[in-house]
Amino acid sequence: MEFFTWVVKLAKLYMPTFLSGAGTTMLLAITGTVIGFVIGLLTGIVRTIPITENMSSGKKSLLKVVNRILTIYIEIFRGTPMIVQAMVIFYGVAAATGVPLNRIGAGILIVSINTGAYMSEIVRGGIISIDKGQFEAAQAIGMSHWQTMRFIVLPQVIRNILPATGNEFVINIKDTSVLNVISVGELFFAGKTAAGTYFRYFEAFFIICVIYFVLTFAVTRILRVFERKLEGSDVYQLETKEEPLDAATGN
Amino acid sequence: MQQPVIDIRHLNKSFGTNEVLKDINFHVNKGEVVCIIGSSGSGKSTLLRCVNLLETPSGGEILYNGKNILDDMHDTTAYRAKLGMVFQQFNLFNNLNVLDNCVVGQVQVLKKSKEEAEKTALQYLDEVGMKAFVKAKPSQISGGQKQRVAIARALSMEPDALLFDEPTSALDPEMVGEVLRVMNMLAKTGLTMLVVTHEMGFAKEVADRVVFMDKGVIVEEGPPEQIFNNPQNERTREFLKRTLEKF
Repeated sequence: MEFFTWVVKLAKLYMPTFLSGAGTTMLLAITGTVIGFVIGLLTGIVRTIPITENMSSGKKSLLKVVNRILTIYIEIFRGTPMIVQAMVIFYGVAAATGVPLNRIGAGILIVSINTGAYMSEIVRGGIISIDKGQFEAAQAIGMSHWQTMRFIVLPQVIRNILPATGNEFVINIKDTSVLNVISVGELFFAGKTAAGTYFRYFEAFFIICVIYFVLTFAVTRILRVFERKLEGSDVYQLETKEEPLDAATGN
Repeated sequence: MQQPVIDIRHLNKSFGTNEVLKDINFHVNKGEVVCIIGSSGSGKSTLLRCVNLLETPSGGEILYNGKNILDDMHDTTAYRAKLGMVFQQFNLFNNLNVLDNCVVGQVQVLKKSKEEAEKTALQYLDEVGMKAFVKAKPSQISGGQKQRVAIARALSMEPDALLFDEPTSALDPEMVGEVLRVMNMLAKTGLTMLVVTHEMGFAKEVADRVVFMDKGVIVEEGPPEQIFNNPQNERTREFLKRTLEKF
């Protein structure tokens, strides 16, 4: 029974630490996912601009250079672990400027650009999967590339990639735990603090484990509801102005 | 003589080394209904797509009200807004309901107010018999209904001419009639129409002129009576024989 005694004791003693850790974790995950989504949307759009014959050569080469840079960005951030990126960026900036970054700020930066790299590919896939006919129909009524994207393509893309975005969000809730290496006070860090004082690692991280699960489970449920809302109604009303039946028969 | 709305001169189109259109010359006058017929792969759809620049021609001229639009590619979007297009696969905007499909172009491209655009859209949706379905999403209506909405969407832009790319080829046989009836009605209102079609009955009844294409060239062109009853060219005769005698 020693296990439960310690769990209760630690939970009581460290509840404020755990809660603030959970708050920091959610802050990092939410802002990181939102900023990452925006980065992914922008890079995804740029990377799917078609290079056409009637483009000026300056525009063409600019687009090629930008595409190359974006590809390098994506490959580097997808190809290295976030825990290593955190160390390189945090200590790199400190070494280069002599001023250490704010830890939470550094955490948000790292999660954002990391998520951005993945989201860019998700958005690109989403745009590619839209039927060519949607682009052609928009062009045929005289829409520009930007108008086509803004009013026709992106609304469909965003709806289609919502499950993948939710996935990224859940991954971020869990993966922000690696930011403990730069001493960001998130949930895992809170667990380490609690465990270290009494050398009760199993009990402390059992509590942390439960909190993580509650967070991710709640988020997936909320996202599911949100998704269903976005789907809209599957029935529609006919617009008729006909008289009611008994009035029409004149009885 | 009046100036044609669309006048195509020496048009060429190649995909790589594959020459799809070879020295095409023809025109469409105001108020005229021109049908392009021919077997699959003859280049008729590519020709139509070149006319509104969904494909960039490899050479030649497209004169629109006397002005070569290939000279100045900057005005592409304004030119496209003046030509309506109806696709084989309908291509209704999946994220918008029936009404908004007909409104979005008017508001974004023609810069009309939303109220004005909705009024115009409802007028044309009524004309094609789809006014009751304004709130439906494209996925909730049948193929024939989709195509009628697509026609209303194109008409809502109040174009100078309407291009049809095999508008009934993706439809169930029982839905072909409803779309052809709408097109017939439009032809009678004096709309300028350029129609790529496999519906020989429609071409015969409605067209002012029929163009027969084969292997990327215009083989024969003339009034429907001549093309269907007295074709001059051997290839035209061959094609019509194959198409009209199904059994």
